[in-house]
Amino acid sequence: MADTRPRARWTRNISAKIAAIPMVATATVIFLGGSIWTVVYSFTDSKLLPRLRWVGLDQYERLWSNSRWLVSIENLMFFGVMSLIFTISMGFLLAVLMDQKIRYEDTFRTIMLYPFALSFIVTGLVWQWILNPQFGIQGIVRDWGWESFSFDPLNNPDTVLYGLLIAGLWQGTGFVMCLMLAGLRGIDEDIWKAARVDGIPTWKTYVVVIIPMMRPVFITTLVIVASGIIRLYDLVVAQTSGGPGGNASQVPAMYVYDYMFQAQNLGQGFAASTMMLLSVLIVLIPWAYLEFGGKKHG
Amino acid sequence: MVDATLDRSGQAMVGARGTKPKKRLSGRNIMLYGTLIVVCLYYILPLWVMVMTSLKGMPEVRLGNIFAPPVEITFEPWVKAWSTACTGLNCDGLSRGFWNSVIITVPSVILSIIIASVNGYALINWKFKGSDIFFTILIFGSFIPYQIMLYPIVILLREAGIYGTLWGLVIVHTIFGMPILTLLFRNYFSSIPEELFKAARVDGAGFWGIYFRIMLPMSLPIFVVALILQVTGIWNDFLFGVVYTKPELYPMTVQLNNIVNSVQGVKEYNVNMAATLLTGLVPLIIYFLSGKLFVRGIAAGAVKG
Repeated sequence: MADTRPRARWTRNISAKIAAIPMVATATVIFLGGSIWTVVYSFTDSKLLPRLRWVGLDQYERLWSNSRWLVSIENLMFFGVMSLIFTISMGFLLAVLMDQKIRYEDTFRTIMLYPFALSFIVTGLVWQWILNPQFGIQGIVRDWGWESFSFDPLNNPDTVLYGLLIAGLWQGTGFVMCLMLAGLRGIDEDIWKAARVDGIPTWKTYVVVIIPMMRPVFITTLVIVASGIIRLYDLVVAQTSGGPGGNASQVPAMYVYDYMFQAQNLGQGFAASTMMLLSVLIVLIPWAYLEFGGKKHG
Repeated sequence: MVDATLDRSGQAMVGARGTKPKKRLSGRNIMLYGTLIVVCLYYILPLWVMVMTSLKGMPEVRLGNIFAPPVEITFEPWVKAWSTACTGLNCDGLSRGFWNSVIITVPSVILSIIIASVNGYALINWKFKGSDIFFTILIFGSFIPYQIMLYPIVILLREAGIYGTLWGLVIVHTIFGMPILTLLFRNYFSSIPEELFKAARVDGAGFWGIYFRIMLPMSLPIFVVALILQVTGIWNDFLFGVVYTKPELYPMTVQLNNIVNSVQGVKEYNVNMAATLLTGLVPLIIYFLSGKLFVRGIAAGAVKG
């Protein structure tokens, strides 16, 4: 681009090309090559070591008839839908509150965002302690005299996901709030003036005008949060180790790790991670189409 | 509840966007600040509980309330967590994990920032055929679950003879930090006027000359943002630490999880909380010192390039 001297094509910008080798290698060998490699080997019967003995869709049949995998998928769907609904709605409401020209905005933001700086391991362990039935919230309320009070989400297979959700929301809503606040601040002041002149109540302005205008922000947030949820791993390892009862809070990422590095059943791990890739692509491709397809026209 | 507040005082709110409101104690303000303070309590609570529990002795933890401040402050749990807490057979505390995390984080951060800044620079000023395609793949790669690439990387590292070593993990962190950092630098460099670059070209400066004499000195703030992003990100990593290192080299997060979730022995909750707090301390300090730069770093991924 910057160089128009007549020289052989490939020696043009030679330093730039050499400097870009790590990026090109990462993009092609690791991201593209690695993904394709795993997908290809998911059709083999690899056990301790990868080998190319084709078994067709056997690994996938085994995967989808494994109760642990089915539980993982169910858990991820439930956790994913719940945390998308709550992070995005709470993040937006908090951003609206923060956008009211309040005092001490920086202090409020600092408090809401600090969990995002922490490791999921730290988050998981703190909430494990707060939700401890003997010493945590349940224990305290019982000490106050309400003997039958019961709040022990982590030791009950039916409620363990809510326990994870409380911790996940604690960590993530501040981040979503920041994205939403940036979106709100990007909206032209004239829109508000026009709405006021027309006598539209504020809440209605938000619902009818502002939210539709912020569609790109919502979509981007959705993609970022959703691709993070599919990866969910550390939080579960720290907070519940996949339990109680063995697999009540299992998630796909744990299945992959255990089959690849513990059970020495690589084929299953590859098939499971391919399913994870597929689920991300289902989110990602429509988004990329909207985002980049739209850019070309506009 | 929130909507109702806004509805009732819609006029006042729109006015408030212009100048500072005169009336401080309106009903609207009480609702607004009240809600925000309640929300903040939810956010502060875990940090409070961690600090309080870590300063109590075990008898007091068993008797008391996790939210109550300690009657008798003791730093023993901190000392124990740092120097004698056990993971399996090793009883030398979290200090080992801490130093492992330091020697993992420092080279990873330096290497990943160097590579990503050069990438961003090449992508903006030295486009070559296909460079944008590689960048698109890179960005796509940041959304793909890491699990799909875990094993191929194991093979590559094993072939290179660095599987399970410090440098293997450093390379992994460099690879997975690359998409977001490259995006960050690319967006920043695109805001530097192209005339500067052209003038330097006319004066005969080459690829590295322009990078070191023009781009680098002009973009120190974005290097700080990248630094914050990488130090917290790499410090908090768990998955790569488990997969690509051996137990002697486990980072702090992995060791912390092993200490707290070990099934052997009596649970010492105060020591566990001290250990948890110690692990969270590095990112927390960086976060509280960096202020708005942290926000800028995490928002980078959400801003369209």
